[in-house]
Amino acid sequence: MSVETAPVPAPSAGESRTPLIRLRGIKKYFPITRGILIQKKVGNVHAVDGVDLEVYPGETVGLVGETGCGKSTLARVIMRLYDATEGTIEFDGQDVTKLKGKDLRALRRDMQMIFQDPFASLNPRKTVGAIIGDPFRLHRTVPKEKVKGEVQDLMRLVGLNPEHYNRYPHEFSGGQRQRIGVARSLALRPKLIVCDEPVSALDVSIQAQVINLLEDLQEEFNLTYLFIAHDLSVVKHVSDRVAVMYLGKVVEIADGDTLYKDPKHPYTGALLSAVPIPDPDLAGQKRRIILEGDVPSPIDPPSGCRFHPRCYRAQFPKCSEEQPELRPMHPGQLAACHFPLEDRAIVQEVSTESS
Amino acid sequence: MAEPLLEVRDLRVHFPTDDGIVKAVDGISFSVAPGETLGVVGESGSGKSVSFLTVMGLISSKVAQTTGEVIFQGQDLLKLPADEMRSVRGAKISMIFQDPMTSLHPYYKVGAQISEAIRAHEKVSKKEAHDQAVEMLRKVGIPRPDERANQYPHEFSGGMRQRAMIAMALSLNPDLLIADEPTTALDVTVQAQILDLIDRLKTEFNAAVVMITHDLGVVAEHCDHIQVMYAGKVVEAGVRRDIYYGSHHPYTWGLLRSIARMDQDRSDRLVPILGLPPSLINVPPGCAFNPRCPYAFDRCRTDVPELIPADGHHASACHLLLEDKERIFHEEVLAKS
Repeated sequence: MSVETAPVPAPSAGESRTPLIRLRGIKKYFPITRGILIQKKVGNVHAVDGVDLEVYPGETVGLVGETGCGKSTLARVIMRLYDATEGTIEFDGQDVTKLKGKDLRALRRDMQMIFQDPFASLNPRKTVGAIIGDPFRLHRTVPKEKVKGEVQDLMRLVGLNPEHYNRYPHEFSGGQRQRIGVARSLALRPKLIVCDEPVSALDVSIQAQVINLLEDLQEEFNLTYLFIAHDLSVVKHVSDRVAVMYLGKVVEIADGDTLYKDPKHPYTGALLSAVPIPDPDLAGQKRRIILEGDVPSPIDPPSGCRFHPRCYRAQFPKCSEEQPELRPMHPGQLAACHFPLEDRAIVQEVSTESS
Repeated sequence: MAEPLLEVRDLRVHFPTDDGIVKAVDGISFSVAPGETLGVVGESGSGKSVSFLTVMGLISSKVAQTTGEVIFQGQDLLKLPADEMRSVRGAKISMIFQDPMTSLHPYYKVGAQISEAIRAHEKVSKKEAHDQAVEMLRKVGIPRPDERANQYPHEFSGGMRQRAMIAMALSLNPDLLIADEPTTALDVTVQAQILDLIDRLKTEFNAAVVMITHDLGVVAEHCDHIQVMYAGKVVEAGVRRDIYYGSHHPYTWGLLRSIARMDQDRSDRLVPILGLPPSLINVPPGCAFNPRCPYAFDRCRTDVPELIPADGHHASACHLLLEDKERIFHEEVLAKS
């Protein structure tokens, strides 16, 4: 099914391989209109504003950023749930930006999504069996009489009791519901699963169960994950590479360890320093970079570097006039900043090493 | 030690339902000293929110059977008539809720909601109450508070709304602030801001704080004492160091091990707590944690462990021998993190 079966690629050595997903200059604007009968466009919400990103087969790319940075919108553009305003999406070497009808349906088999809210993403009036079996019925990949068996196999796979086939979502706990969502997304044996905050609504102990499940399934089915979360510790744990978004743009991308040890973008540094550490001594040692204020409105994003009004390293006028491009820092690390952080500037402050 | 500000003794909150009695809180005792921060940690359904809603007098006696004592500044709040309780709630004890999106009224301006709380307790004119509200918004770090007071909640971001909630909760200078998952719905950067704000205001207003959370990471920096709750009971209590560097309860170990940490290697698998929290109608016999506990032995399935102090401030409810607890904690929990 998949082009390559080799495990996780080294991020920098992966350039020669065909990415499963290649995004080029993706933009998604939502128009703001005024007027009741005659609607006039008065502006745009620049939800995603020029994103280039590659995801290679078998790897997990984490996408982090604050609320409103456009990470969920980007995921929905990749899933073709929104049409991109500009840019191209390639899936497995094929341009899928404008796919329609039958071709789009076929594509949907290869990409599935797990949603954040396990309470809202399952139809309360359908049984679990019907929910997980829907993909089979819609895509007719399995004959009708075999659906039940397939569904029960899937339930077993994600750690649900197959005898609960006829139960309704409300009879399950949050963690179990998220397992139902995982089973549904696996039904068509997709190549890519977009996980949009899959564990943030769950208790910590249950989060660990779901994360381990996702990791096991990845190994078993050679899945590729795009993992969206605002919890950096979780993202670090699951991702090969991590992309940091701010106001519709990717400001830094690197493999997990490099990003956490040597963040180059001041925003990444601030995000990392804000993560709580369950260790009072380490937590007491670290110096936090507290960002002032909120994320600016994506309707009218700041000029130059979008982070400059909140940046503690900004130098004027360069940062407020010139928009920084993503440029290479370490091998496999790109950051969009005129005045990147020194090597290990944050690690000493955050002190993520306990030994 | 100073006279405790709040002392809860053998509190039980039971909800009779058609299926049986839900023992949401089942015999907890603890105290909060003036000016300290107590962290209350546990999973959904461990009874942490219900216990403090009871302290606030927000659990109706029509739906719950409540026994025990909640002594606040020498008064048993459970015996207080409703009108007297009303003068305590909001003025002396106030609460911040998890979801800043739904806990402000969408029809009223933020300033009006804060001044309403002030006017409910103090005889001041509308104008004075409004000025106080603006002043509180300034103290919690909202820019242009005079304009912001005249805006509606939807014009505030999540972090701003939580700041407004804190402003409202502190506007009457309470002695005890209960924060129920105050940052769960917020981004990490905003979470850090809000936690620091609570810390700063605690000193400024000389209030005691109870921080309810499911995440041991959040309370590591901000709490003096921590108590861990499971299935309606306190299973471990101690000062912060006791919990993070010498925990005596397998449930706390499970919580510590299941957190994804930034200082961990990716190859380290998370160790989740197996199974699910028990139904509070049919709590397992013996220790409620025994079906999920990898160290459980025969006695755990029959005898309910008492919360026994190991030394002055550190207590745990577990049948394992103290030396075994210390050995397991150091070999299996600390060594891995």
